[in-house]
Amino acid sequence: MGIQAKSNGVGLKLSRKDFQSDQTVRWCPGCGDYAILAGVQRILPELGMPKENFVFVGGIGCAARFPYYMDTFGFHTIHGRAPAVATGIKVTQPELSVWVISGDGDALSIGGNHLIHAMRRNIGIKILLFNNRIYGLTKGQYSPTSQVGSKTKSTPAGSIDYPIHPISLAVGAECTFIARTVDRDQKHMAEILSAVAKHEGTAFVEILQNCIVFNDGVWHEYTEKGLKEQNVLYLEEGKPLVYGPEADRKSVRLHDFRPEFVEEGSPGATVHRTDDEEGTYVHMLSRLESEGGPVPLGIFRDIQRPAYEALLGDQVTSAMEGGGDDVDALLASGDTWDHKN
Amino acid sequence: MSDQSEGSGGNGRPQKKELVEVEAVAIRFAGDSGDGMQLTGDRFSNASAIAGNDLRTFPDFPAEIRAPVGTLAGVSAFQINFSSDDIHTPGDALDVLVAMNPAAMKANIEDLKRGGTLIANTDNFTKKNFQKAEIESNPLEDEELRNKYNVIEVNITGLTRNALSDLKLKSNLADRCKNFFALGLAFWMYSRPMEQTKDWIKEKFGSRSEIVEANTRALESGYYFGENAEIMVNQYRVNEATYPEGKYRNISGNVAVAYGFIAAAKKLGLKLFWGAYPITPASDVLHELSKHKNFGVYTFQAEDEIAASSATLGAAYAGALGVTCSSGPGIALKSEAVGLAVMTELPMVILNVQRAGPSTGLPTKTEQADLLMAMYGRNSESPIPIVAAKTPSDCYFAAIEASRIAVKYMTPVMLLSDGYLANGSEPWLLPSYCDLPEMTVKHHDDPKNFVPYGRDPETLARPWAIPGTTGLQHRIGGIEKQDGTGNVSYDPANHEHMVITRAEKVARIANDIPPAEILGEKSGKVLVVGWGGTFGAIAAAVEALQARGASVSHVHLTHLNPFPKNFKEVLESFEKVIVPELNLGQLIKIIRSEFVIDVVGYNKVQGKPFKVSEIITKIEELL
Repeated sequence: MGIQAKSNGVGLKLSRKDFQSDQTVRWCPGCGDYAILAGVQRILPELGMPKENFVFVGGIGCAARFPYYMDTFGFHTIHGRAPAVATGIKVTQPELSVWVISGDGDALSIGGNHLIHAMRRNIGIKILLFNNRIYGLTKGQYSPTSQVGSKTKSTPAGSIDYPIHPISLAVGAECTFIARTVDRDQKHMAEILSAVAKHEGTAFVEILQNCIVFNDGVWHEYTEKGLKEQNVLYLEEGKPLVYGPEADRKSVRLHDFRPEFVEEGSPGATVHRTDDEEGTYVHMLSRLESEGGPVPLGIFRDIQRPAYEALLGDQVTSAMEGGGDDVDALLASGDTWDHKN
Repeated sequence: MSDQSEGSGGNGRPQKKELVEVEAVAIRFAGDSGDGMQLTGDRFSNASAIAGNDLRTFPDFPAEIRAPVGTLAGVSAFQINFSSDDIHTPGDALDVLVAMNPAAMKANIEDLKRGGTLIANTDNFTKKNFQKAEIESNPLEDEELRNKYNVIEVNITGLTRNALSDLKLKSNLADRCKNFFALGLAFWMYSRPMEQTKDWIKEKFGSRSEIVEANTRALESGYYFGENAEIMVNQYRVNEATYPEGKYRNISGNVAVAYGFIAAAKKLGLKLFWGAYPITPASDVLHELSKHKNFGVYTFQAEDEIAASSATLGAAYAGALGVTCSSGPGIALKSEAVGLAVMTELPMVILNVQRAGPSTGLPTKTEQADLLMAMYGRNSESPIPIVAAKTPSDCYFAAIEASRIAVKYMTPVMLLSDGYLANGSEPWLLPSYCDLPEMTVKHHDDPKNFVPYGRDPETLARPWAIPGTTGLQHRIGGIEKQDGTGNVSYDPANHEHMVITRAEKVARIANDIPPAEILGEKSGKVLVVGWGGTFGAIAAAVEALQARGASVSHVHLTHLNPFPKNFKEVLESFEKVIVPELNLGQLIKIIRSEFVIDVVGYNKVQGKPFKVSEIITKIEELL
């Protein structure tokens, strides 16, 4: 009855090229998606898993076309529903490595419900959120992550709704792995994606991604030399939260549950830890930039909780061990009687 | 059993009671939502089944869990028709109505036959309750009522309290046993044994010995009240019915459909993935399946209907037998995922336990008005096969048939049930698992010349190539496919070819389903065409007319898309065709557009099943 992966990948040597499909990539020239595609194709060979054990699932949007370009199993589904489709895949075949590729409109607007419920269930899927703060495929409307006042095709007078904060949302939804990286930093992205690939349970990564056509430069302050040094804080397990150019290094410390941004070396600097089970610290961290601080890149949280598919699988397995599978006995359960005329 | 039983009246005087044989009885228990009427009805059905009667049940309850006590909105009822002869329906009119309060009486009295018996719990016939039921004075004092019906007044609440007085239960707890008193009284009236119900009480309330004792005692008190009280004159006996010998159980449609999918998954050697979101009247299927994980059943209560269908499609893509289940409003939300299943040609079953709509409609009432949604309720050209169950037990076979078609033709299949089938029950001669038709399915595993949209020349099905299979990596999705390679294609000619191919694939299923079976003469004056849960009422009506020599036959469709191949020929073999439906004429629209044959509709949309008499009258107009 079980569906087994057909090979175990032992001794497997694959390269980035092995993960490239024969389909022409159709993103706009210069799109940040290319860098993410390359980043993913670069780390997958390191995992030692055969190609057929990877499934990439997309919803709708530019990012969601990603599965077409991977020489793995791929399913381009419907708008917002990729986490739900991926859930069905993972429950049915838990041994697969299942990746959801989504954008800010797909994941946070039409698919917001599926995103939060996938995370709270801790289903073992990897969710890459390409956040460019704009709708690309529908040609330039504001998205749930667009800043207030964004002038777009549908908001010529500036958008008036407040943006959602993806990392805070993930904390609220009890996600067990939460990280942020950026399309322009291949090295950092590779580190994060490797950690994502190994996490059991839901792994959520916000990737700051540039839409060259409709929102070019939206992340410049976090990607451009001369700006990113002051605005980005790299999270490192067990290290103090520090950031800023060499000449003006600062650290973050907590005071009265709020972050303070003080000179490096000041007493009480907060040391980063990714094991914040309870969530207050990681939530604070997710809001640093709203408090006038830098934007953290790296792993916010990485904790272990049993994954949904494992718990469900256990229930089914123990029921199968104890219950038998006699359909005739099932039909005859409860009150029966023998009828004789 | 003797024809007469000696009893001693409540006042100590001995009294002779008649034991009258009757052929069939329809009884309805009606009370407040919290009065336990569903449970009472269920136990009475079981006792009647064990006594060897043929029976049909019809639970009828409000959408509100506990509407204000004593109001019309809160009335909950359960009807059982039991007989020594073959029956098909829960009965048109009642022989007995048990009314636990004035609202229950008011809401149901019109269905009581003239001369029928009304048993009223007088303790609840109070001024306050008349107001709640919007009645001006005590209806039991109405001369007209007493002339029309055999009114039996019983102070059920008080008698129950008396019987339990030494148990020192809180009064609200004691009062909750009054349904067992009513059940005991009904058991006496129809000479039903109490033993199975006593055992059932023990099992159900096992650890709470005082509740076991209280309910058992209330049951016995009701029974002995019948035996002893002067007002209870006749005791009745409904003899065993003659029907095929063998092992039986009572089965409701929702349980049968759950069992059907379990059997189908086992036959196919697949995991069963069940994606659902709670909704009346479909939730019980999820409840039932979640108890049977030992069959490799994976139940997933999703965050919404959309996720339920999307996860089901994901499971199907990964190789499981995927089923998503809901009722009308939930099915509407699933349309997009079903469209994706059409495009990606993946097998899944969508179970729609229909209810009265539109929108929230009447959630606990039955209707069959989702046929056109099943046929056409998706964007663009997205045909899917449709299977409809016709009786509660037929839900078992319909589930198996829907699964067979889904995996053989790599297509989503809509399975239609309805509230009446879902909650109604009937005795079921247990079928043997071995006797089910063999069904096999193979996940594709040969990388040689593999193309995702390569097709079986006969069925046009594409291979089911699941993730994890070496060498079969491929990409599918909602964008139009190039036939064969499955690659994204915007080519106009290919799109038209694919639209036609998907339609042709569904149409070819007609080669693989049984012909429409005519119940009665193969040609004649009137053909009654039905589908779904109206089978019982139509069959009973047609059989009654046939017995009188009328030229009328019956065809009941279980496959609604495609139709059986002989359907047109069958329609043309009769002078007139009538289609009774619990909608405003949906099958008629399809028949007319498909065959350009005019047919007559008989339509009812009251949230209630057809009465046999209604259909007889309508057919007689055509004869």
